Amino acid sequence: MSQRPPLTGRVTSAKIVIAGGFGVGKTTLVGSVSEITPLTTEAIMTSAGVGVDDTRQVPGKTTTTVAMDFGRISIDRDLILYLFGTPGQTRFWFMWDELVRGAIGAVVLVDTRRLADCFAAIDFFEHRRLPYLVAINCFDGMQYHDPQDVRDALAISSEIPVVSCDARNRESTKHVLISLVEYVLSMRRSRAVAPA
Amino acid sequence: MMAERDEPTGALVRPYAVTRGRTRPKLEIALEALVETTVRGRSAGATKGGQGREHQYIAALCDGRLQSLAEIAARMQLPLGVARVLIADMAADGLLAVYEPTSLDDTNDAVGTELLERVLSGLRRL
Repeated sequence: MSQRPPLTGRVTSAKIVIAGGFGVGKTTLVGSVSEITPLTTEAIMTSAGVGVDDTRQVPGKTTTTVAMDFGRISIDRDLILYLFGTPGQTRFWFMWDELVRGAIGAVVLVDTRRLADCFAAIDFFEHRRLPYLVAINCFDGMQYHDPQDVRDALAISSEIPVVSCDARNRESTKHVLISLVEYVLSMRRSRAVAPA
Repeated sequence: MMAERDEPTGALVRPYAVTRGRTRPKLEIALEALVETTVRGRSAGATKGGQGREHQYIAALCDGRLQSLAEIAARMQLPLGVARVLIADMAADGLLAVYEPTSLDDTNDAVGTELLERVLSGLRRL
């Protein structure tokens, strides 16, 4: 008999990435379900990072600071889920690499009045094969576009969930996160090799 | 608070002084990796065994409380890279335990699937 330790006995963490354009409500969404007031953490890109984000055009500039807001949800005693908002400027790709590494998936939050703001995030997640869903933030309870129209406008695969939400509302944000994890699980099961 | 900053502040460069200029950590630590003070870390903090102020702060912050690298950096107002070097040093000295996130890369891995199921049921319970 193998003595496999019980899974619930292992302390571990997970993360979900919250992406979208500037002012679309990423931090609001994080704050609506986080057990802590969203915190801000900063990373410095030093001269070692030149070439990833080209700073050569700015003489003498050797460091750039990039800030990310994040929140925390204790799933149980041994498992903590973090929600990380992406830096506003999508040109900070060096930070996106670290954000997506090991992530469950991503929520791409969109404002249908500025749909193009989320293109870079979608391209990035597609390229990295990170599962994502699109959440349309309905400001003031107004839904400006039908989810199907948004799907067509973004030219994304029909299997990618597109949901509407109110980023200020805890239940609504919970629904978005649950939809993402359900989608990731279903993809994982369909891709897993069936036992012989 | 919106985190939209484009210009380096300068103030954030100096914290590397607390790592004596080192920018490479002794071990790679994920943003969301959890950190907890060990028994040894707790007693070392009590006797101030030659530790810096930052080490004492981290040992107190993570004493009986799981905190991620990102949280420690944010609460100390230190850049992630600086916090990572400090935590890696303390972990190498046995003062902190670092719990890495579960890998989800292998879709056939039951541990990853079980983690996702736990996250899902936890979110539904919220």
